[in-house]
Amino acid sequence: MQPIVISTEKLTKQFGDFTAVSQITFDVQAGEIFGFLGANGAGKTTAMKMLCGLLIPTSGKATVAGFNVFTQTEQIKRNIGYMSQKFSLYEDLTVLENIRFYGGIYGMRTRDINSKSLDLIKRLNMHEVKDKLVESLPLGWKQKLAFSVAVFHEPKIVFLDEPTGGVDPVTRRQFWDLIYEAANRGITIFVTTHYMDEAEYCNRISMMVDGEIMALDSPSNLKKQFNSKTMDDVFYKLARNAKRGD
Amino acid sequence: MRTLRFLLKKEFLQIFRNKTVLKLIIALPLMQLLILPLAADFEIKNINIAIVDNDLSPMSQQLTSTIAASGYFKIIDSGNSYKIAFQQIENDKADLILQIPQNFEREMVREQSGNLFIAVNAINGAKANVGSVYLNRIIMEFNANIRTKLVGNTQNATLQSMEITSQFRFNKYLNYRLFMVPGILVMLVTLVGTYMCALNLVREKEIGTIEQINVTPIRKHHFILGKLIPFWIIGVFVFSVGLFIVAYPVYGVIVRGSIAVLYSYLSIYLVAVLGIGLLISTYSTNQQQAMSLAFFFLMIFFLMSGLFTPIDGMPDWAKWITRFNPVTYFIDVMRMVVMKGSGFVDLKVHFLVTIGFALFFNTWAIWNYRKTS
Repeated sequence: MQPIVISTEKLTKQFGDFTAVSQITFDVQAGEIFGFLGANGAGKTTAMKMLCGLLIPTSGKATVAGFNVFTQTEQIKRNIGYMSQKFSLYEDLTVLENIRFYGGIYGMRTRDINSKSLDLIKRLNMHEVKDKLVESLPLGWKQKLAFSVAVFHEPKIVFLDEPTGGVDPVTRRQFWDLIYEAANRGITIFVTTHYMDEAEYCNRISMMVDGEIMALDSPSNLKKQFNSKTMDDVFYKLARNAKRGD
Repeated sequence: MRTLRFLLKKEFLQIFRNKTVLKLIIALPLMQLLILPLAADFEIKNINIAIVDNDLSPMSQQLTSTIAASGYFKIIDSGNSYKIAFQQIENDKADLILQIPQNFEREMVREQSGNLFIAVNAINGAKANVGSVYLNRIIMEFNANIRTKLVGNTQNATLQSMEITSQFRFNKYLNYRLFMVPGILVMLVTLVGTYMCALNLVREKEIGTIEQINVTPIRKHHFILGKLIPFWIIGVFVFSVGLFIVAYPVYGVIVRGSIAVLYSYLSIYLVAVLGIGLLISTYSTNQQQAMSLAFFFLMIFFLMSGLFTPIDGMPDWAKWITRFNPVTYFIDVMRMVVMKGSGFVDLKVHFLVTIGFALFFNTWAIWNYRKTS
C-alpha cells in the first residue's frame, strides 16, 4: 500500500446559498493516476482549486502532501504542479524562457534548470522551436509543453484541469504518454476530463454529480458495478439525473 | 530575491517584446509634450471686435486704429450698424461690440467727456472677461493721450496720472509655457504609470497566467515588486525624456532648483502612482474595467490638480479634495523646483504627503491582491 498524498473528509465549498462541492471524502495514493470526472458544473474545478490552495474550503478537512488546505496553502504550493483549463504559459515568451521562468520561481538551482530544460526540449522534440514564441506553437504542442512545465520542478502531485480540451486524438495519446512517464517517476496525477477513453487510462476514478461524489473505483470495477460495457455508459447512468448543468 | 530576479527578467522580456508598449513609452511623451503646451495656452488673442462708428471723426478713427494695432483684436466689418453687429454676436462671429456715438469727437473737445458703449458676448466667459479688460485698458490709454493733447500741460492733466510698474518674478516674460510644460510632464508620468501598471496586471488575469502564478510558491510582495520595479524604471525614463529631450530644447524649460530633489520626489511619486495602478487592477477582472476605472480617477486627478485651473480659485470643498490628490503635489513640486528653484526644505510637506500616498495605495493594493479566495 502506497502512502496517501491527498486525503479529504467531508470537504465542502459554498458560494452564498450555492453548495458547489458538498461533503466529498476520498483518498489518493502516491503514484496513482486519479481521474476526477463529472458533468459540466458538477464542481470538479472548485474541488481541485481547494486542493491546490487557490480556494479556501467552507468546511470539512483535507490534506495535500501532508499539509492542511486551510492553513498551509503556501507549503502545499511548493509541493504541487498545476495546469489549468485556460492555457497558462506566457505566449509572448519563448519555449525556453517559459521553462526557465517556472523553474526559477519554484526555486530550482540555475545549473539544474539549464541541464533539465535542454533534456526536456529533447524529450519533447522541440529543439527546432525552443527559441520561438509559445504563441506560434500548435495547440497540442502548447498543452504538452504546459504539462511538462507543470512537472518540471518534480512536484509530489500534479493537478490537471481538463488538460486535453480541443486537442486531436493523436496528440492526446502522446499527452497521456507524458502523464504515464511522470507517474512512473512517482508523481501523483490528479486529472479531470470529459473524455471517457482517457478515464480508462486512470487507476481509479471518481464521478461527481451536483457537487457530490457518487461513485469511486477503478474503471473496470465501475463498469461491473453499473452493469455497463463502456465508461461512456457509466457516465451517462450517473450524470443523467444531474440537476445542474450549463 | 532570486524569485524576484526571475520575475523581473520575465517582465522586461515581455515589455521589450511588445512593440505597442514600446512605441507608447517613447512616442507618447514626445507627442504630447510637443502638442499640448501649444494648445493649453491661456493667452487670448484674436478677439473679434465689431466697431460701430457713428461719429466717423478723426478721433474715432484714431481709436479704431489704436485697437487694431494692439494685436489682440481682429476687427470685423459690420457696416457701422449696431443691428448687424449684434447679429454677429448672436452668430458667434463677434466677441465684442464697441459703439462710438455720434458727436463723440465734438463732445470730447467741448465737454471734455465722451461716452463709449461696449457689449460683450459672455458665452466664453474667459474670453469675454479678458477682451473687455484689454479694451478698457486701450481706451484708458487713448483717453490719457488725447487728454494731454487737448488740455495741454495744464495742472489738471497731471492730476490723474498714476502708473503702476510691475516686476514679474520667476517667470519674467509671463511665458505661459514655462508654467504649463512641467505640469503636462506630471500628467504624462501619471498617465503612463497608472495605465501600464494596471493593464499589465489585469492582462495576466485575463489570459489566466495569474492563476498559474497563484499556485506557485511566489510570495505576494515578490510578485508585486516584480510588477512595480519595471514600470518605475519606465516612469523615470519617460520623465527624463520629457524633461531633457523636449522641455529643455523645445520650450527652454530650465530646472532652477536641484535635479536631485526633483528626482527624489519623482521616485516616491511613481511608487504612489503605480500603487494606484495596482489597486485598480485588483478591483478589475478585465482590461476594459481597468481602463474605465483608471480613466475615471485620472480625469478627476487632472482636473482637480491645479494644472489647468488655479486651485486658489476653487470653492472650499474643491480645495479640500485637491489635498487628497497626488497629482496636485507633484505639479506644485515641479513648478516650485523648476521655476522658483525651491529646495528640499520648502518641499518637506510635499515629500511627506506623497510618502503617505505611496504607503496607503500600495498597502491597500497588496491587501486586496489575494492568492487565494
